[in-house]
Amino acid sequence: MRRRERIPMGSAMWARALAAGSLGLMLGVTLLPATAGAESTPGVTSSSITIGATVPLTGPAAPGYDEIAPAMNAVFDYVNAHGGVYGRKIHYSYLDDGYNPANTATLTRQLVLQDNIFADVGSLGTPTQSAVQGFLNEQKVPQLFIESGCNCWTNPKFPYSLGWQPPYTVDGKILGAYIKANFAGKKIGYLYQDDEFGQDVVKGLDMEIPSSSVVSQQTYDAATLAGPLSNQMAALKAAGAQVVVLATIPAATALAMLPAAVIGYSPQYVVDSVGADSPTVGPLLSSFTQKGGGTAAQATAAAGLLNGVITTAYFAPESDTSNPWVQTEKKLLERYAPSLYAKSGLDGNTQYGVALAYTFVQALEKAGKNLTRQGLLNAIDSNGKSFVTPGFVPLSYSSSVHYGFEGEEVVKLESSAPPAVTPTGSWIGGVAVSPVEVTSPGSGPIKKYTGPTSVPPKSLTSGS
Amino acid sequence: MNATAFARALHLPRQPLVRHLLCALAAAAVLYVVVARLSSYNDYQVGEIAAYVVALVGLSLLTGANGQISLGHGAFMAVGAYTMALLMNHTQTSFILELAAAAGVAAAAGLVIGLPATRLKGPYLAGMTLLFALAVPSIADKWPATFGGDQGLTTTVPTAPGSLSAEEWLAQIQIIGALLVMVLVANLLWSRYGRAFRAVRDDEIAASLAGIHVARTKVMAFAISAGCAGLGGALLALSTGVVNTGEFPLTLSIQLLAAMVLGGTGTLIGMVWGGILLVYLPQWSTSVSSDFNLGSGASAYLATIIFGVVLIVAMIAAPNGIQGGLGWMWGHRPYPGTGGRSAPAPVPVSTGD
Amino acid sequence: MSLFFDYTLDGIANGMVYATLALALVLIYRATKIINFAQGAAGMLTTFIAFSLLSRGVGYWWAFVLVLVIGFAIGAACERILIRPLHGRSELNPVIVTIGLLVVFEGLAGAIYGNASRGFPAAFSQSGLRVGGTTIAFSHFDVFILIAVLALMAGTLVLFRYTALGLRMRATAFSREIARLLGVRVGLLLTLGWGLAGIAGSLAGLLAAPTSSFGPYYMDLVLVYGFTAAVIGGLESPVGALVGGLITGLCISYVGGYLGSGLEPLGALALLMVALMARPEGIFARPPARRV
Repeated sequence: MRRRERIPMGSAMWARALAAGSLGLMLGVTLLPATAGAESTPGVTSSSITIGATVPLTGPAAPGYDEIAPAMNAVFDYVNAHGGVYGRKIHYSYLDDGYNPANTATLTRQLVLQDNIFADVGSLGTPTQSAVQGFLNEQKVPQLFIESGCNCWTNPKFPYSLGWQPPYTVDGKILGAYIKANFAGKKIGYLYQDDEFGQDVVKGLDMEIPSSSVVSQQTYDAATLAGPLSNQMAALKAAGAQVVVLATIPAATALAMLPAAVIGYSPQYVVDSVGADSPTVGPLLSSFTQKGGGTAAQATAAAGLLNGVITTAYFAPESDTSNPWVQTEKKLLERYAPSLYAKSGLDGNTQYGVALAYTFVQALEKAGKNLTRQGLLNAIDSNGKSFVTPGFVPLSYSSSVHYGFEGEEVVKLESSAPPAVTPTGSWIGGVAVSPVEVTSPGSGPIKKYTGPTSVPPKSLTSGS
Repeated sequence: MNATAFARALHLPRQPLVRHLLCALAAAAVLYVVVARLSSYNDYQVGEIAAYVVALVGLSLLTGANGQISLGHGAFMAVGAYTMALLMNHTQTSFILELAAAAGVAAAAGLVIGLPATRLKGPYLAGMTLLFALAVPSIADKWPATFGGDQGLTTTVPTAPGSLSAEEWLAQIQIIGALLVMVLVANLLWSRYGRAFRAVRDDEIAASLAGIHVARTKVMAFAISAGCAGLGGALLALSTGVVNTGEFPLTLSIQLLAAMVLGGTGTLIGMVWGGILLVYLPQWSTSVSSDFNLGSGASAYLATIIFGVVLIVAMIAAPNGIQGGLGWMWGHRPYPGTGGRSAPAPVPVSTGD
Repeated sequence: MSLFFDYTLDGIANGMVYATLALALVLIYRATKIINFAQGAAGMLTTFIAFSLLSRGVGYWWAFVLVLVIGFAIGAACERILIRPLHGRSELNPVIVTIGLLVVFEGLAGAIYGNASRGFPAAFSQSGLRVGGTTIAFSHFDVFILIAVLALMAGTLVLFRYTALGLRMRATAFSREIARLLGVRVGLLLTLGWGLAGIAGSLAGLLAAPTSSFGPYYMDLVLVYGFTAAVIGGLESPVGALVGGLITGLCISYVGGYLGSGLEPLGALALLMVALMARPEGIFARPPARRV
């Protein structure tokens, strides 16, 4: 009994206070509403549609990709300013997952379970979106227009998931066919990112290029990309590769070309479109040409390293200033995303965002006034091929195909072509060197595209 | 406030195992009710916190009780997560066994790292574990056929019984895991092994003179700690649904260390604060930064800045972590095993210029 | 054989940058027995400041020197404001503070400069040197890196060995209490140590920037490998930092080249374990006496 009395009054009181406090907390928490009352279709009201996405806004994966969602938002702002779709304004909530799939899993659940989004539109990344594919399909939430070229988005097990950009293997096949036709007999080398992206491009290349021509295959790991890929380029030079295919992100493209230039190695570069956008890669190369100061020489000098690079494009590049789509995109961004336009101008990423958002808007329109998730999917499967987009080919959506674009043309970056002018400088433009071709990521043939070229609709071009 | 004083105040039995079990059962009951009433998303978050607690408890044991710094616990989490995912995808083992295997394989990895670690002090050990954290995910990247590459390996939670929602069921599993690990580690810390850990931490020479096998103790601490991290990683992989290397960057290991120190090095209940910080602080930083209406790009980085500032301020204001701070407020002696004292530095003969 | 030569040159160039950061870590560890995880990020931030200055037309070398001074100031300020209050407590607390600083610096750089692609100019041409008719994989800029780092090392050694200030710094590192009793202004010297480390960190940032993807995170791996270098060489030895840096750079280059990219961290880990098994306090550290 003595022992109990010696316990200072304070601690017993605190113990009881703690017990009471936690009880209170428990009660308080249970009084919180669990979820908002179930609506007929989550995220859809008579006046609004709420969609969400997870994209890298910070972190090493952010450069370039963080421009896409704000560009998409510009399209939605334009649509909202013109009354929305069937009177519903689109509200786009995009969260930063830092390209970490664990964050993607948490944030996607927040968007679906707490924020009640109607659909997940324009989320980025293969590992990140693979992490939530099961969850979204199980919750029957459309996972639309995933920003990744993985071959895995057409999957009957996951009918709610759709890709949009050309699968990487399509890039590989079309580039491979071009190399086979134009660089026959030359020695080919690959430098590719050692993950799904690079491996899928190589899969496509190998379908076209005979293996006897490939003298060296080098890889790099995106996670430990610290400095120049000097060793890889040295190995390619030692193997005598005359044509080097780069399946690289923009940072790695620069980190491959720089050390090659140091050792005086200048092969014919063939670069996957992911890493070939000149306003994105150009500034990264500009450091090479500097000799101790001043930024005026950067832009024009960097163009030298990109001159002659072969890549692909599936919509008109920003340097094609006479193209009606390019003009429309410029006007849209200038008007509805002025700060983004002032910083980045029209580059590969902002073009991508505008095109993707516009695809979604058309899907909403085709889904009709009575908007449901299943209805939206059906609208895309049935009508996707007739959507009007900046792409050279129509989208391929059907009930069995969930890839978007499957066709591109081969482009050569040329200093004689009109440049792409952005706020950061004037960057080398490209010219088409092949007709538009269509193929699937499988082993099917490559066919020339003979259909019509799309034109932006009047409402979009009418100056908004 | 610590378990001892709380137990004393409520007149709980003095025997550690019984006391810990009672506390755990009480907590389990309370949490069962709480989880049942929370929304699905909040259940998911509670489950995540529980999974982090498991890993943090292991780290707390290693650093607080045994004085070894590890910057590589994210890698042990990866080992556990991949073990469980591989078993799930290729074999028909039972779920419990898969979790146990995750802990076991991670503990074996801890043994492998712990053996050379016995010779290393402080920052040297930190350097080795830092590289370990970087190296393990790169191994998984190198063999995508086995480890699933970019798409990773999927994990499946066993079907929920009765009318429980999937998130609720998963949260319960993770909470039970966390409570179990806390009970086991608490018992360990109160046993002669715990005393051996602390003896080695405080003075290796004195401990070895007292008959404690220093190297064996340190390796044991490392292995157990790694096993906890592996189990935590496996539980967290259940939340995510997929295991791929992007989930285990270097920042994970660093955040675990920060969460442990902020929660209160060496404490166990403090690890709950640490888990809460890991799950809620990023979200809170994001919502605070979006209040400034800076536009998404700048506001995403503002969230990062807020996170960093909180770390710095919390460390300066509460050097013993949240749990230590609470204990100071309530005027109790720190729980045996609280960090705050490192082993006395050996007097240098020369500075080795 | 020429591939081996190329890998070696690449390893030396990278290793020098790691050595610079390792030197910064060594200077701080000698002074305050703390690992400064924010050192790489501080170098990144000062290099971004240099980038701003260059964009405004400031001459490269003026920006270079100014940024080194700013690095000194940032390092000294961090010690005085953030690390000094934590003296005497658990050794983990300053580590967490530096981790917080790392996050804040990266956030600041990201918030102010954004994610846009950009390049940072090199001090000298990045074309390879022409040696005997062939172009080798070592540019003029790489030569500058070599010279700058060796100069920094030499300056540090001269400071420590031949100046009174250096003697006082060594005394402070040896034993603060004894130094205080002898009239040394310990606090000031600790701040000075961090300031010098700040200079080394800024230099590392400036040297690493032209050949990296210049963004808020480009110094992260430099920090990890610089830490590795410092540990291998001995955390109290500037010469160890240089040797450790070279060894680390070469190891990473050979592993990446011969065994495949992506295995570099594993190679560095193996190197570290081998080095520490042989000499647990680092190659150049003298093992401390143990008092019972």
